Amino acid sequence: MASEGDRRASLEVDESRRSRILGALSGADGRRGVAIALLSTLVFLVVVVVVVANSPGWPAVHKGFFSWHYFRSSLPGIARAFLLNCKIFLIAECLILPFALLIAVLRSLPGPVFFPLRALAIVYADFFRGVPTILVIFILGLGVPGLQISGVPTSIVFWGIVALVLIYSAYVSEVYRAGIESVHPSQEAAARSLGLTRWQSLRKVVLPQAVRRVIPPLLNDFIGLQKDTALVGVLGAIEAFNQAQIDVAGTFNFTPYLAATLLFVAITIPLARFTDWLIARDRRRRQAQGLLA
Amino acid sequence: MGSSARRLLRLVALAAVAATAMAGCGGGGSSTPGTSSTAAASCAKSQLTLLKPGQLTIGTDNPAYPPWYAGGTKSSFWKINDPATGKGYESATAYAVAKQLGFKPSEVHWTYVPFNRSFAPGKKSFDFDINQISYTPQRANAVTFSKSYYDVNQAIVVLKGTKISSVDSIAGLRPFKLGAQVGTTSYDFITSTIKPTTQPAAYQQNAAAVQALKNKQIDGLVVDLPTAFYVTGAQVPNSKVLGQFASGGGAGYFAMVFAKGNSLAACVDQALAKLRANGTLKQFQQQWLAKATGAPVLK
Repeated sequence: MASEGDRRASLEVDESRRSRILGALSGADGRRGVAIALLSTLVFLVVVVVVVANSPGWPAVHKGFFSWHYFRSSLPGIARAFLLNCKIFLIAECLILPFALLIAVLRSLPGPVFFPLRALAIVYADFFRGVPTILVIFILGLGVPGLQISGVPTSIVFWGIVALVLIYSAYVSEVYRAGIESVHPSQEAAARSLGLTRWQSLRKVVLPQAVRRVIPPLLNDFIGLQKDTALVGVLGAIEAFNQAQIDVAGTFNFTPYLAATLLFVAITIPLARFTDWLIARDRRRRQAQGLLA
Repeated sequence: MGSSARRLLRLVALAAVAATAMAGCGGGGSSTPGTSSTAAASCAKSQLTLLKPGQLTIGTDNPAYPPWYAGGTKSSFWKINDPATGKGYESATAYAVAKQLGFKPSEVHWTYVPFNRSFAPGKKSFDFDINQISYTPQRANAVTFSKSYYDVNQAIVVLKGTKISSVDSIAGLRPFKLGAQVGTTSYDFITSTIKPTTQPAAYQQNAAAVQALKNKQIDGLVVDLPTAFYVTGAQVPNSKVLGQFASGGGAGYFAMVFAKGNSLAACVDQALAKLRANGTLKQFQQQWLAKATGAPVLK
């Protein structure tokens, strides 16, 4: 089976990448490939539909999870609540980006003098990556206001955002660090030899390259963040998932969860596709550079 | 190779036919077992539709809170009260119903059913669930409810000495931040009757809601009246029941939850009617919910 088509495809690097979803084929083989792919997809879908629809519990599940009536009646309220998710997401993201970069830079500081800062950054990243998000949200959202210190905010949204920033900064700082470490030391050496200070070479030479390299994994973390905004609901905030839960409890029908899911997916899937596109573009660029060299 | 391809083709054809057939039926014909409340004769113990023959499986949530479950007998699993003691209003009622149906206490088996699971589609893990679940007509589309075993009023708990603690009307509650537990009808009561001007909060667990009240993250917690007295008595020091709300015409009541169409519900209804008529339910209320009365009615 490994024939002309495969070899040709391996030459046309770009072509094959574009058609990766359908398999690496082109020309007549490509058309045949598309036809086979379509047919097998159709067969797969039909088999899934038939198996699900013929299962004994399907009528109950259909009514319980996929009811158009409950979908329509719950969607507007959930969509309104979803604005809170978007708000939490956007505010948290704007705080995470600089804060995580600070952690990553602290961790990359060389020399024995900076050991305490490095250690602090390591402890921070280890701790907040290790602790379950929901626990941090509970402790900050219900525990800190419980101390009843005057002047400390009691807003659940505030503490929800703080918890998400702490957790996600730990992850994102690791992503940044990977980016910083991927910049070859000779880059910094060259910058220093031109007379730039350590700080200048970090800011003007290392970080620009590092950040560009890690944009796809950064977006990946933000897809996760977008979903985790739902956890703020455990503090009582009426965000999309909590609103869905209220609707489910009121009607004993699970369809509102589906409505909330669709709203999340409407944001996260385009974000995921965008990330993939960025990765592909990045790879194309780097390969183009490779060909030139 | 050839035969397997042919078999695949046949499968596809079959699948296509079946799919068309399904589309034709269009979600109709759910085969629910016979529902209607049949005569007393079918409520003999041997005739009952049960999860496990000879055993009555009753569900409730964990922790099982007072005054619905009482006695304080903890086990490694039941953290606050073991429901199998017969103590507490719901436990006592469940055993009384079981007795009416002909079960010995040893034939009653308790199982943990989180609120969400009580109405999930599919086979239930209980014969009935008794967990302060309010009847609503919409909920009755998904499950079968028993008749009322307790007519319930909503109430509001506040911290003493706070601004809200001097409010004496429903309208007066409007500017405050209120909270309730998800899954209770208390939240609906806030949004549809009190209609506050600040977005209310909804908590997944009683523990989180109570903590939020302690923290003053909410001004008032709306719960059912007996739970309100448990909150003030045991959970939140320095709190009080600000008042209760009269549910118009006995609209709010707790009911046991059955799988949709389970014929056992009719037999439980007969048992409840008997327990109501002979004063057993009233006696249980005096025994377990006596504290849950003296609160001013807010209008």
